[in-house]
Amino acid sequence: MTEARKTPLLDDLEKGPWPSFVTEMKRAAANSPSAQDLLGQLELSYVDKKAHWKHGGLVGVMGYGGGVIGRYSDVPEQFPNVEHFHTVRLNQPSGWYYHTKALRQVCDVWEKYGSGLTNLHGSTGDMILLGTQTDKIQTIFDEVSEFEQFPFDLGGSGSNLRTPSCCAGPARCEFAMIDTTDLCHDLTNEFQDYLHRPMWPYKCKIKISGCPNDCVASIARSDISIQGTWRDDIKIDQEAVRAYVADGFDIEGMVIAKCPTKCMSFDGNELTIDNANCTRCMHCINKMCKALRPGDDRGATILIGGKAPILQGAMMGWVIVPFMKLESGSGYEELKEFLEKVWEWWDENGKTRERVGELILRLGMRNFLRAVELEPIPQMVLAPRANPFFFWWPEEVIQD
Amino acid sequence: MARTDIGPPLYKEMLPPICKENYGKWRYHEILKPGVLVHVSETGAKLYTVRAGSPRLVSIYFIREICDLADKYCDGYLRFTSRNNIEFLLTDEANIDPLIADLKAMGVPVGGTGNSITNIVHTQGWVHCHTPATDASGIVKAVMDELFEYFTTMKLPAKMRIALACCLNMCGAVHCSDIAILGIHRTVPKIDHENLHKLCEIPTLTASCPTAAIRPNPKLKSVDIKAERCMYCGNCYTMCPSVHIIDAKNDAVSIWVGGKISNSRIGPRFSRLAIPFLPNNPPRWPEVVDAVKSLVELWAANAQPGERMAEWIDRISWEKFFELSGLPFTDKHIDDFTLAQTTFRCTTQFKW
Repeated sequence: MTEARKTPLLDDLEKGPWPSFVTEMKRAAANSPSAQDLLGQLELSYVDKKAHWKHGGLVGVMGYGGGVIGRYSDVPEQFPNVEHFHTVRLNQPSGWYYHTKALRQVCDVWEKYGSGLTNLHGSTGDMILLGTQTDKIQTIFDEVSEFEQFPFDLGGSGSNLRTPSCCAGPARCEFAMIDTTDLCHDLTNEFQDYLHRPMWPYKCKIKISGCPNDCVASIARSDISIQGTWRDDIKIDQEAVRAYVADGFDIEGMVIAKCPTKCMSFDGNELTIDNANCTRCMHCINKMCKALRPGDDRGATILIGGKAPILQGAMMGWVIVPFMKLESGSGYEELKEFLEKVWEWWDENGKTRERVGELILRLGMRNFLRAVELEPIPQMVLAPRANPFFFWWPEEVIQD
Repeated sequence: MARTDIGPPLYKEMLPPICKENYGKWRYHEILKPGVLVHVSETGAKLYTVRAGSPRLVSIYFIREICDLADKYCDGYLRFTSRNNIEFLLTDEANIDPLIADLKAMGVPVGGTGNSITNIVHTQGWVHCHTPATDASGIVKAVMDELFEYFTTMKLPAKMRIALACCLNMCGAVHCSDIAILGIHRTVPKIDHENLHKLCEIPTLTASCPTAAIRPNPKLKSVDIKAERCMYCGNCYTMCPSVHIIDAKNDAVSIWVGGKISNSRIGPRFSRLAIPFLPNNPPRWPEVVDAVKSLVELWAANAQPGERMAEWIDRISWEKFFELSGLPFTDKHIDDFTLAQTTFRCTTQFKW
């Protein structure tokens, strides 16, 4: 073990009340030469105001085309223990629920073969093991996949299906209108081949939220956003409404006045909701969850196209399927058939590094809807087009 | 030999018995105090959640410590949130305060519920990324130190979600946050003509540019970049290591406001540019910390109860936002990329 380097800039980040990542790096560094060199290299970055990692690098395990991200230092002569410092992505359990045994056995493997540093969790949802050498990668995968209890698989990386993720779901949350944890687990297993063997134009992400509060930010952070919703009337417990008011809750100011469609009223005794005008934003239910519950006709809205700015600008998902029934444990055949159609069209037509939302923009929603065999309905748009440039299909006009 | 395609461990085996027994039967929840939730089932069962912050970049020793606490108080069951918080799942109410005391002794804060600023979602930064324009963990630590009281209390008008991405790739997809901190490059990439043809595919490289600024240069077996078209997104560097986007003298931080994800009240919306440039000043990025804190406090002082940043700005208008914040409005704030037209004002209605 080399002698610990001085890190005055980083040391400053050990002060203050918020838990310090520098302290965590130092704890790992006490037992890991690579964590120690990482600390040294990061201090250099703080001096130079730039990263010291080389561009990219391909590494992997037998049988997979992703799941490990290659990373190499650009100053290996100074920090030889981070010359290779690759990331391993482990596919997290649905909803990020863990038993400590599952976490401890991952820690034990990572103590043997890695830097001892992790992210819980990465942005896509995976458990991120941060920093190992090329010759250790296969061994890590061998060991985590052979755990007797709670075996782990690798997550996705590259031009493939990225590891799906979901919210806490019905295991802990009363708002979950679809079984997010079951659905996430089911889809992840169904599409293992897409997840591990990159063969698409670019990445495709799936995120699943149990309600329109969208705790996993699916609309912004996934190409395919699945959000639980309902179609029938909000269930009202009038006794509980009165109890809120009796407790001094400002029902007029905090609920009635904030309803986006102004479809609610309270006469001092009864709460009335004009359900036909409700857009199911969740606000009233969020604020008065003892008194109000979503209806029983439950399913999901599916939005497609969400992504970060690269390449054509940031996008949020667009409503493509306003409502689909997704019964818990049903096998979700309708959804899977729909996803296969989306991917087939994208795979066939997409350019390299073109996300599905960008392809829809380039080729037009009408072509996309035909490919996935959906009829256009007004719920898909905020407003119809305002310009008179539009296409007709050949069969819609009289041919000579 | 590894077992392939086994998928993730089964979540059901990670659920505490109370979650299995009451799966889909939860009736309502309440926030008992900052960082402590109770979920009540139709059966009357009560599940307590204690939410704690974490630095996201954690060692296995930290994980083992929180496992020790979960073993001691929660029969070994815990979960993580989408914002890198730890949630301890308890069935015995009497365990809440001892757990909080143990967390406090470890230096782990409890909070992040209700009208608070919960943990900042962020990316890798200089710790482990090859394209960043700034660090991630360092800024987040500096900002959370300063906003700490808003994590452990619930005194804000509404919830606030802050996120950080260290470049436009945005592996953290921060573009729909109340406040987004975004690393930006500001100069045209420098081309290594000598090595480009050995390392990069020229058609893929030219196609990677969203503004068509990159053209082949057959003479040099390389490419040229039309400087006046380049918007420094860095996508070309992702495709080709010979197009160097990183420029330590100019890389910087920008601040965006008024985005949200949830559908509650007003629907999801993008964050908009508030501050186009703040310098990279490690280790504590004082300009960024001050800017974020000022924005939080401006919103907190002016928003009505229940109004998130986006709703407050909607009500007062962007022109008033710039007036109140004292932030200069510049040509950087007027869009000239793919969504530009959607942001121009086509009405004589505006405020002075």
